[in-house]
Amino acid sequence: MAEPTRIRAQALAGKTTVRVLMSHEMESGHRKDGSGKTVPSWFIQEVTISLNGKVILDADFGPSMSKNPYLQFVIKGGKAGDKLSLSWKDNKGQTRTDEASVA
Amino acid sequence: MKTSFGNKSNRRDSLKQIACLAGLLAGVGYSSLADAAYNKAAFDSKSVNEAIKFQGAGNISESKDVLLNAPDYAENGAAVALGVSTALAGVRKILILVEKNPASLAASFEVSEWIEANFSTRIKMSQTSDVYAVAIMADGRALFSKKEVKVTIGSCGA
Repeated sequence: MAEPTRIRAQALAGKTTVRVLMSHEMESGHRKDGSGKTVPSWFIQEVTISLNGKVILDADFGPSMSKNPYLQFVIKGGKAGDKLSLSWKDNKGQTRTDEASVA
Repeated sequence: MKTSFGNKSNRRDSLKQIACLAGLLAGVGYSSLADAAYNKAAFDSKSVNEAIKFQGAGNISESKDVLLNAPDYAENGAAVALGVSTALAGVRKILILVEKNPASLAASFEVSEWIEANFSTRIKMSQTSDVYAVAIMADGRALFSKKEVKVTIGSCGA
């Protein structure tokens, strides 16, 4: 099972800046291992972020995203205590959901 | 990080055919607005133009209003930090593409009314290439800006 996604969200001057770090190998399917075999692709495809249960951002990733994908975005509004939730699903069908509060 | 490059041509050819087929399928009744499903055709695309087309946009033009913040040089192609933003109204999606990566499209973000069209992330780059930031507008236009990022150590994993 993958490590938890790290979520930091800070409300400041009417905006909330969210930074997330997902934990995932993000294998592109082009890399070869030590014995020369191609490592099969394994990467996050869909990311959904909700604020207080309402979806605010849908993102799709390809294999070109870096290992342990980082994402920063800005919510219009938001206040301390709001609940953020991030779910991802990879191309093997594995999923993970993590939650955090806006600070 | 270990790097090795192999002969990918066979795989590429078959992928191309798959992408082509997926494209045909996607062309039938792909309406982009409420479509939350993973857009496989776009992510399998081998070129920037193709990937944009699969996102349901035509009319591609360069625009100064789309800002791409990328380094001139990336020492390590495994993690290249990028920022994409635009202050334009009516943005439906933001795409990040790398022209010379095996699959051009790195990420697509659906811009909802609750968030700003402003994203920072990290991508992989297999070699020196143009990076594109594309804003897909509600009226179907695709506005882009691009920047060449020179990669010193490629990520074979791109």
